[in-house]
Amino acid sequence: MKMSQSHQQPALSKCPGCEEPLDAGDLFCGACGYDLSAVPARPDDRPTMAITVPPAAGAVRWPAAAGTGSSDVPAPVQHPADLPVTDSGGRPPAEPEHGQEPVGGPEAGPVPVRHDDRAEPGGAADSGDFALAAPDPRTAEHTASPATAPAHGAKVCVACRSGRVDPDGYCENCGHAQPRERDHMEQELDAVAAVSDRGLRHHRNEDSFAVSSTALPDGSPAVVAIVCDGVSSASRPDEASAAAASAANEALLESLPRGTHPQAAMHEAIVAASEAVNALAQEPAGAMEHDAHRHQNAPACTLVGAVMAGGLLVVGWVGDSRVYWVPEDRAQPTARLTEDDSWAAQMVAAGLMNEAEAYADERAHAITGWLGADAYELEPHTAAFKPDRPGLVVVCTDGLWNYAESAEEMAAAVPADAHERPLHAAQVLVGHALDGGGHDNVTVALLPFAVRSQGAGSACETV
Amino acid sequence: MANFSKSNVPQFSVEVYQNEFLPEGGREVNAIVTVTSTGGGTTGGTPLAGSAPAYGPGQAPDAAVVLMVDCSGSMDYPPTKMRNARDATAAAIDTLREGTRFAVVAGTHVAKDVYPGNGRLAVADAQTKAQAKGALRNLSAGGGTAIGTWLRLADRLLGAADVGIRHGILLTDGRNEHEAPEDLRAALDSCAGRFTCDARGVGTDWEVKEVTGIAAALLGTADIVADPAGLAADFTRMMENAMGKEVADVALRLWTPVGVEIRFVKQVAPTVADLTGRRTEANPRAGDYPTGSWGDESRDYHVCVLVPEAGIGQEMLAARVSLILPDPSGAGAPQTLSHGLVRAVWTDDMVASTSINPQVAHYTGQAELAQVIQQGLDARKSGDFDGATAKLGRAVQLASASGNQDTAKLLSKVVDVVDAATGTVRLKAKVAEADEMTLETRSTKTVRVKK
Repeated sequence: MKMSQSHQQPALSKCPGCEEPLDAGDLFCGACGYDLSAVPARPDDRPTMAITVPPAAGAVRWPAAAGTGSSDVPAPVQHPADLPVTDSGGRPPAEPEHGQEPVGGPEAGPVPVRHDDRAEPGGAADSGDFALAAPDPRTAEHTASPATAPAHGAKVCVACRSGRVDPDGYCENCGHAQPRERDHMEQELDAVAAVSDRGLRHHRNEDSFAVSSTALPDGSPAVVAIVCDGVSSASRPDEASAAAASAANEALLESLPRGTHPQAAMHEAIVAASEAVNALAQEPAGAMEHDAHRHQNAPACTLVGAVMAGGLLVVGWVGDSRVYWVPEDRAQPTARLTEDDSWAAQMVAAGLMNEAEAYADERAHAITGWLGADAYELEPHTAAFKPDRPGLVVVCTDGLWNYAESAEEMAAAVPADAHERPLHAAQVLVGHALDGGGHDNVTVALLPFAVRSQGAGSACETV
Repeated sequence: MANFSKSNVPQFSVEVYQNEFLPEGGREVNAIVTVTSTGGGTTGGTPLAGSAPAYGPGQAPDAAVVLMVDCSGSMDYPPTKMRNARDATAAAIDTLREGTRFAVVAGTHVAKDVYPGNGRLAVADAQTKAQAKGALRNLSAGGGTAIGTWLRLADRLLGAADVGIRHGILLTDGRNEHEAPEDLRAALDSCAGRFTCDARGVGTDWEVKEVTGIAAALLGTADIVADPAGLAADFTRMMENAMGKEVADVALRLWTPVGVEIRFVKQVAPTVADLTGRRTEANPRAGDYPTGSWGDESRDYHVCVLVPEAGIGQEMLAARVSLILPDPSGAGAPQTLSHGLVRAVWTDDMVASTSINPQVAHYTGQAELAQVIQQGLDARKSGDFDGATAKLGRAVQLASASGNQDTAKLLSKVVDVVDAATGTVRLKAKVAEADEMTLETRSTKTVRVKK
């Protein structure tokens, strides 16, 4: 995982280079000449949409589901149908205080911080002028699904087209690494689609995802999407993300059909994913030469997941991968549903800095929560929502949100027909990140959310 | 030293230490390749089928050793030298494993096989060992020095034996005065790859470059035995080492893709030895570098290649390093014992691309250490004292920083160290010849990086 500071800098009131105050519309810093075009300016008033902060007028106002916001204690196991159904018109949640505690909020004392290993040197200035190494999903937008992109059955080098490919995955003639299966992955199910891409600047894809669908005991469908981002300053981040995604997915597929409340199930799934990543630390590195200078560091990754079941939308996360809500009617407000485990988010949450200051700091994107054996203490965050209108759930890594940080930007990047063609929309979003520079691996899963008919809702109420 | 209780089918492992990350436009890829050979004791790996005779458990491979003892006239000055050489040879013979083929060659301006003396090798047992030691008593000093003739005789003797390991031990006390340097060169060329040879200089009247040149060409060790009294212990150690060898003629094969240039291939531990020029082409994309015979041991190699530029996010295989064993019949395909990959990954992450792998840094320093010692001593001999001071000062600094205490100690006998950290030294006015020769001979010894 890699954080690009330049792409989500909030509105610039001060020069990132010299702290000189800036005027709106400045292209360069008047004091030091810093190229401000490398830092796209933002609307001034764009507070990070913290889901638990009381929404401003016109913002999403959903009824709270029971158990919301319990980041440490799993929600009580209960059948979704047991939940009191709240009127979708916006009746205030029964216990607003309970839901308003910032998830993963300020912690007393020092917080464990894990710095990602690279700082972006050039910013946007150096993006856009490089040869494409992997098949470009932008050109494959309309391919049929599900497709696992590069076909290498032919075993002829994609670079020189003359050498055979050796068992290690390199050309026997020119030595070039061949596209790996994980460089570009796509998957589409009935109610969810996901795309993951290596990006343009990383040599391998350290993101991973898992999507699946199952049924609750009452026969209603449940859809699961998990997205993980390997921490590249740790060893074997690709293995960590793959292990976490599949462990969380399997845990959900096991617990949801048993009737576990989706929020509790999500909590358990994150714990299971964490154990899977921890277990990697005990294994010897398979290819030590690949990570020889980093092998001290336990494998680690972030995780974000979404479950749609029984009219609920449950999200869970550790780290800085995110979930956005984009309503089908774009006139309606959009929202970010997760709160990053990042230094900047913690500073803001603790009231120590405002958002502009926090995100301008070079530590902004250091993550403070992750899955891995060297994590201080696992703090899975989960939240449950009961959307009252149809929309799209965007589950993504920072490789995408670096290029569409605010909920509005994300909504703007999502094609209008996303709920009908989720795979295509996911491809478009990955393309959006690649067009922006593709500095990191990009992974996005889309879950179109349909509101259950009034009849179904009533049925619930009467059970 | 070899552990004879283990199986004699060695397992080779290759580990590659490198920073594979290159900045945009970066081309040079450095890697330290650690090759470790262990006797095994398990049959987890593929046995070296066909390459070595199938010896039963606890049995060592067949080996043949020829001891070449300088018997030139100078060995009688002082007379203890000849006596010590005899004793040392006797000690080495005592160390021979039963069943090992052996012979003793007395070297002057001609070579004579003094034991068994029939142009063949004896098989070591109690009786032949006693006979050989008896023959040593008749050795006397007299005549010149023509080392090429000794080596050619050793080659004839060893070549006739049907064994897996062929090794020579050569002792000289003087310069190779009775043949042209080209004759020695030609002898070394014809013997290279046919047997390995350790070379020792006794006293201080021999030429360091001759002795180290023999050892380098024949993939053995070189050392000085300034005090003849130390010969017996040294010979015993050399013979034990030779007896520990389990597989011969192992080559380091370097495969590189199209467009990749090889800058150098060096052995960097236990000693520095440049192998770049000793490449033999195996196929259009690969070449073999000789490494000689292996027992239970570990060696490090430094491989440096230039790859074609590629864009950020690209990855390529810069080189594949494998250990191969030629087919004994010469007809079949060589057997690959183990291999490792040297990669190149271009990144815009400056932290990743600018960091230097600690192993690479360490051995780059050790190779420079060997080089500046050599240059400093050469400058000192040619009267360039400023140059010598600068080079040896740098050597002191490198030896101190890398923890190469043996070399630091040897350096301190040639220079007065003012400040090791900055490399400030003064040349000593009087330096014992033995100290200077010891430093020169052992300048290539390296220490390994602590892991």
